[in-house]
Amino acid sequence: MTRSVIFGYCANPETLEGIAWLSCFLTTGKHMSFYVSFGTVLLLLAITAPTALLFGFGGASAARSRIAPLSWFGRGYIAVVRGVPDIAFFLFFVIALDQGFEWLRHQALCPDWDEPIRQGNDFVVCAAAKLPLSTADQWVHEVYGFFLAVLTFAIVFGAFAANVLFGAMRAVPHAQLETAAAYGMTPRQTFWRVLVPQMWVYALPGLSNLWMVLIKATPLLFLLGVEDIVFWARELGGSKTARFTDYPHGDWRMWYFLGLLVFYLAFTRVSEIVLDRLMKRLTRGQATAGGEAQRKAAA
Amino acid sequence: MKNLLIGTAALAMMAGAAFAETTVRLGTEGAYPPYNFLNDAGEVDGFERELGDELCKRAEVTCEWVTNDWDSIIPNLVSSNYDAIIAGMSITAERAEVVDFSQNYTPPSPSAYAAMSDDADLKGGIIAAQTGTIQANHVVDTGATLLEFPTPDETIAAVKSGEADAVIADKDYLIPEVEAAAELKFVGEDVPLGGGIGMAFRKSDPELRGKFDAAIASMKEDGTLNEMIIKWLGEESPRF
Repeated sequence: MTRSVIFGYCANPETLEGIAWLSCFLTTGKHMSFYVSFGTVLLLLAITAPTALLFGFGGASAARSRIAPLSWFGRGYIAVVRGVPDIAFFLFFVIALDQGFEWLRHQALCPDWDEPIRQGNDFVVCAAAKLPLSTADQWVHEVYGFFLAVLTFAIVFGAFAANVLFGAMRAVPHAQLETAAAYGMTPRQTFWRVLVPQMWVYALPGLSNLWMVLIKATPLLFLLGVEDIVFWARELGGSKTARFTDYPHGDWRMWYFLGLLVFYLAFTRVSEIVLDRLMKRLTRGQATAGGEAQRKAAA
Repeated sequence: MKNLLIGTAALAMMAGAAFAETTVRLGTEGAYPPYNFLNDAGEVDGFERELGDELCKRAEVTCEWVTNDWDSIIPNLVSSNYDAIIAGMSITAERAEVVDFSQNYTPPSPSAYAAMSDDADLKGGIIAAQTGTIQANHVVDTGATLLEFPTPDETIAAVKSGEADAVIADKDYLIPEVEAAAELKFVGEDVPLGGGIGMAFRKSDPELRGKFDAAIASMKEDGTLNEMIIKWLGEESPRF
């Protein structure tokens, strides 16, 4: 017998009705996992967005570098990752990434290993090189899976962000950079003091699009073995027979997915409001149509 | 100080290696009652949970349960994300090319069709089955139109909503579903498919497979496996 962790009267759910039944049903351990998974998704977004932006900034800076190999690297990263379908990337890349890490650790930790690492279909490294160790607690495995997810999302969305930032850097009026050079600034100073502060206003519309797409892409988490809100909605909503649960019900997936719909819509709406404000702030004092309009309104 | 650090690191690694041999991660789907499902507390439960725990006790290993999507359950085994699959997986020649199976822990048991009406067209209609199952292969062989779903639960929902004419799955899975839903009934004849259900291991891991194989054999011998089959799969399910 599994009972609610909150309400004492949930010991015999078959005797309950209406609100009491619902209050017990909605507080089962399984539902708690569902609620926690909302936190997982928000945490993923909170970590992935800045990381992807960092990757994007690195990619864009590399792409416009005057050092040829660095520029090739940046352009290659943008082109390859943007070209590969997301789902292929998520299915293939994560396993490759995980095996890559384990291979590196294997080389470092088990130099005496004499068996091949690839045995037919199997990928076998020594026990000490496993990531995480097979002795580790389940939460370590979950955190590691989450970390791989963040990294994969950051690489994918970083490429798109790199393209947006690359374009934004080119959109900054060239006269600004020439003026900076005329004042005797080095290319580095010009980049950091003139180019970067002005590029955001050009980048924001593209980045805000990316943010919206990123929010909607979080269900891909389940492909990576992280139990996200869509997984739990499907699991909880599926019909349950009385033999396997204290709370039998029919196919309720519609209601759970309706809940997700509301969550995603509310979340994107809040994002829109915040991004609008950010846009107003970034436009201030800029040599753009928006900045001009602000100046006129103030005068 | 440095020596002390190296000493502790070496000790930790040795301890890790010693434990590594006794902690086995079991991968399951968690969506296929009565074999495996998540109970109200969100934990893995069912026939295979009880069986797996008993097997681990007999094999003298500590086990950890992991849930994984059915679609990627074999790729994640061969890339060592867990050490064994115990997920209602029928032993087939096709799968045996990629993984090694233990001996079966259920005898070859029938698959069955369930539908809303007796005159459902099983040979030419639309039949729902879970992706990558022996039942899905069977539907293709019969010439009916296969409608695949990632989870077993969705195959049932497809029949109830009229999207599919019938669903085919392991009979043991369908029995509780048909009992619970008045509009569903078994149609046509049972189909014997597969060589029973077994645990799957990496081909490079014969030692672990041997341990569990011996444990399954001992449970067959003393009758405890039959008791579990009766408890979870019902009196009608074939026994050893």
